[in-house]
Amino acid sequence: MITLNVNGKRLEVDVDPSTPLLWVLRDSLGLTGTKYGCGMAQCGACTVHLDGQAIRSCVKRASDAVGRQITTIEGLSTDLSHPLQRAWIEIDVPQCGYCQSGQIMSAAVLLAENPKPSDDDIDDAMSGNICRCGTYSRIREAIHRAAEMKTAGRRAE
Amino acid sequence: MTYLLPRLTTCVCILFVILIALLLYSVKTDALVQRDDARAKAAFLAIIPVLKHPRCLNCHANGDFPRQGDDNHIHAQNVRRGPFGHGVTAQKCSACHQEENVAGLNMPPGAPNWHLPPPNMPMIWEGKTPGQICQQMKDPKQNHGKSVEGIVEHVTSDKLVLWGWNPGEGRTLPPISHDEFAAKFQEWAKFGAACPD
Repeated sequence: MITLNVNGKRLEVDVDPSTPLLWVLRDSLGLTGTKYGCGMAQCGACTVHLDGQAIRSCVKRASDAVGRQITTIEGLSTDLSHPLQRAWIEIDVPQCGYCQSGQIMSAAVLLAENPKPSDDDIDDAMSGNICRCGTYSRIREAIHRAAEMKTAGRRAE
Repeated sequence: MTYLLPRLTTCVCILFVILIALLLYSVKTDALVQRDDARAKAAFLAIIPVLKHPRCLNCHANGDFPRQGDDNHIHAQNVRRGPFGHGVTAQKCSACHQEENVAGLNMPPGAPNWHLPPPNMPMIWEGKTPGQICQQMKDPKQNHGKSVEGIVEHVTSDKLVLWGWNPGEGRTLPPISHDEFAAKFQEWAKFGAACPD
């Protein structure tokens, strides 16, 4: 039995501590927004946050996440209000959608560390998230849009 | 007066111990360095095939990005060196690299503190002569302020250096063992750490 902090909740899960975090999230906790793509940290579909940093949950042992804050796409906001979620909807980014939770989780770390990223900054942050539908140009546009929303939100505060 | 005697005795004892320690240290230092430039240079040249091996060179190559594989190809996912050598924003080394290798072929290799040299001290060995690598390695402004002893300690016990000899399934090993590699570094230091021409 291990205890994980997921999206602000302390949850006990009965798993082998070496189980990849992805499978704990999906199979034990039912948080299926995070996807399995390659299983070897090469595609980015399984990206979640660990203490605010983007990680590939398919290669992270659950025991390595104990005592740390895990955020999944379900925890990014409770009401789709995160600027990235709003921008994604506004620009209609997804096609099949499979990679999109990983894309958004990576983009969230980018914007947290760089509120006004250039195209190059976006490429450097997002090249590890593969989209088989090729929605890259809309992803880039949506990240710029979310950055604007965040900036406007701060001005309004 | 008598109550001062134990304190005086203690002080004298401490001074004596310090003197002995200093004496031993100077003897040890003398024993460590026996300057012989030819032997030091030869030892450093024996190290070069390891430094140029992909397990080492892939993080000590030209450009602000790591390499992969025995062909030194550019790291997939457009990974960058970043401001501290730990990658950038959503693509930091620790996003994929754990503190140990993930089991299986083509799975991410790992070791504690997986990173590239930082951009202000990139420690690039690619395209450099053995003499240039040696001079760079000895320069505290380019080696994170290390002394020769510090370099020897680093290559002997740093876990990221040691990873080169435990790189995970499917990856080739440097041409000599880590023990031999560390011994050559110790030999280089012992004979005065001269650099090849």
